[in-house]
Amino acid sequence: MSEQKKVYFHTIREKWCKGCGICVAYCPKKVLELKDGKVVAARAEDCIGCHACELRCPDFAIEIHEASGERKHEAEHVDFALPPEAHHA
Amino acid sequence: MSEFLSYFRQDRLPHIWCPGCGHGTVTGALVRAIDRLGLDKNKVCVVSGIGCSSRAVGYLDFDTLHTAHGRALAFATGIKMARPDLKVIVMTGDGDCTAIGGNHFIHAARRNIGITTIVMNNETYGMTSGQFSPMTPKGMLGTTAPYGNVERSFDLCELAKAAGATYVGRSTSYHVPLLIDLIEKALQNDGFSVVEAVTQCPTYLGRKNKLGDAVQLLNWIKDQAVNVKAAAVMPKEKLEGKFLIGELHNGPAPEYSAEYGELIARVQRSFENVKGGLWECASNSD
Repeated sequence: MSEQKKVYFHTIREKWCKGCGICVAYCPKKVLELKDGKVVAARAEDCIGCHACELRCPDFAIEIHEASGERKHEAEHVDFALPPEAHHA
Repeated sequence: MSEFLSYFRQDRLPHIWCPGCGHGTVTGALVRAIDRLGLDKNKVCVVSGIGCSSRAVGYLDFDTLHTAHGRALAFATGIKMARPDLKVIVMTGDGDCTAIGGNHFIHAARRNIGITTIVMNNETYGMTSGQFSPMTPKGMLGTTAPYGNVERSFDLCELAKAAGATYVGRSTSYHVPLLIDLIEKALQNDGFSVVEAVTQCPTYLGRKNKLGDAVQLLNWIKDQAVNVKAAAVMPKEKLEGKFLIGELHNGPAPEYSAEYGELIARVQRSFENVKGGLWECASNSD
């Protein structure tokens, strides 16, 4: 019997992504794609969780999580569009 | 991985660096190394000078200092002497460290003061539009070298080793796991540690030399890098035009601020039997 395939999901902070294409180029399974200058996980089910994209991303815009536990979407709770002054008012 | 993000001033992100710039990768590697070691945020002080690389401290949620051009190590020396309990990290660029701050660099290495220096070497002055730096390889183009750079470049790791640094390593923004390992070991070293991170500058170095985009530049860096373990069994002619990555030097030696603390304690002890003690002697002397 083969082991059950691990499932991964991608947290992508679109507002931080600058579309340099480094993650797309070094993904060994061609999971990622650029769409309108931002990265998207086009074939997330192929992901093997090697973290090559996450480690090389210069913008801290992509993270890989194993889908075993609870799904965390902490990135969605922060509004990164707010100017920094708004936080220091 | 919210633990990773907790080391950043998230309201300051996205950062100012160009798309595809390797400095973000190195900053991420530093944060991952600190996360792995589980250092107390309040016991870490990150110092930087001026340049693209030195913007990093603005995004890191530690005690940070953004100082004068080339003087990051001078400020860091002051911090380490005043507070030897702090983990002092200097983030600097190739121009900041080897040109403007070259003297501070060799003397910090000579003293073996407990500072971890991360040099982001993008082989150009990125912030001021791509002038050649002391780390630009011979023959490469820059805005101040339109017909090619005739100067020889520094081998920063050899320089650090010769000046007396006790931990020297080099990696690139392509070899990130190695970079994290090196930074982790450098942070654990009690003494002056240098980690050179070769990064890509697609905006100036890449464009001026027609080396392509960030990915092509990363591949170009990858092709030049040879692991020091592999290089040991390779013939010399194959190593021409390459640079070594990995742990290049690890030779522990007494650390400066600890030695200085011992000296102070020793002098204070020698005054214990004198009438009036140290304070009286000091105020009576001219």
